[in-house]
Amino acid sequence: MDKVIPYRRPEPGSQPDYLYEPYRSTVRRAPVRPLVFLPHTLSELSGPIYGHHAIAESDSDLTRQHAGEPLGERIIVTGRVVDDRGRPVPHTLVEIWQTNAAGRYRHAKDNHPAPLDPNFSGAGRALTDAHGIYRFTTIKPGAYPWRNHPNAWRPAHIHFSLFGPAFVTRLITQMYFPGDPLLAHDPVLQSVPDEKARQRLVSGFDIQVTEPEWALGYRFDIVLRGPQATPFEE
Amino acid sequence: MDLVPSPSQTIGPFFHFALTVDRALGCLAGPEAGGERIHLACRVLDGDGAPVSDAMIELWQADAQGLYNQPAFRGFGRLPTNEEGCCVFETVKPGRVSGPEGVLQAPHVNVWLFARGLVKGLCTRIYFAGDPANREDPVLALVPEDRRDTLLAHPDRENPGRWNFEIRLCSGSETVFFDI
Ligand SMILES: [Fe+3]
Repeated sequence: MDKVIPYRRPEPGSQPDYLYEPYRSTVRRAPVRPLVFLPHTLSELSGPIYGHHAIAESDSDLTRQHAGEPLGERIIVTGRVVDDRGRPVPHTLVEIWQTNAAGRYRHAKDNHPAPLDPNFSGAGRALTDAHGIYRFTTIKPGAYPWRNHPNAWRPAHIHFSLFGPAFVTRLITQMYFPGDPLLAHDPVLQSVPDEKARQRLVSGFDIQVTEPEWALGYRFDIVLRGPQATPFEE
Repeated sequence: MDLVPSPSQTIGPFFHFALTVDRALGCLAGPEAGGERIHLACRVLDGDGAPVSDAMIELWQADAQGLYNQPAFRGFGRLPTNEEGCCVFETVKPGRVSGPEGVLQAPHVNVWLFARGLVKGLCTRIYFAGDPANREDPVLALVPEDRRDTLLAHPDRENPGRWNFEIRLCSGSETVFFDI
């Protein structure tokens, strides 16, 4: 039968636990029974080959999706998607979504009293290239309040969704901005126990990515799970 | 040098305008896909039994022959839950997929559930109640017997071809979730 090479399991502390009481919504949603350990089968090791949508050029430039330019600070967000041995993950779908510069989502249930921007939707998608590199042009999202606790504010962030090569490499995460004073107060980011792991969700300002007279550049590399080494590779 | 995978973060409540605009993703099987066509209705309930109306469900399955990634069969689906915590996928009943040590797995659909309040996706599987292959499925065999029922979809009495599957979160009778 199929010889399957399982993927490596996350290291303790590098991923959040389902229950993290400071993030209140986890309390009535986190599992209370132990998860059942599942040795990987073909079902977990296969996955949609790549994106399920056709990707248009404007999908990765969120400043070019309307007649006019959105308000806010224009930025470029780029990075490499690699596996846990640093090998590029090519041709995989990266989807992002975010608020506008004022901290408001274009979403019926977002009632933050901040203005909508008619020239900004806040959704984008791209495929990584042969080297695992993706690139978006967008505007810097704003911080926004939420009702988790008194005076709770989410730091500016961009939501990321990635597939990778297998069902087990699926990742939904968030990218933050360096030096944001709200990071230390955010239970969503702080749900990740390990400080070094949290830092991997904070993008870096990059003068090389920054385009003169045009846009500030941020680098955000993403590491997906990778297959265990075969004995031959060791 | 080994790298540590990036941490997961919640999908939050505001993903719809980016991830679930394309309702065609509710159909996993194109018109040319062979097999028995079914509707798979999923419903998500929280620890109080209240509907989870802001979840996203993704399905991944083999075709009727038990093969993944076939040209005529995408096998991937994605829908948001509605106010009742429900969404309905259109697909074909999957075949048996190869498993460990040559044992075939019973027909099943792989599930990722994402929602506000879930810092990581939850992974489960949908099996089909009454399928004789369930008795020899190597994954179901790993699940405590008194919890296996939580992984079964049941045929809808009123709608032939429709199967209902409930995902219960955060309670003693919650659905079995897998550590993958
Ligand atoms: Fe957000």
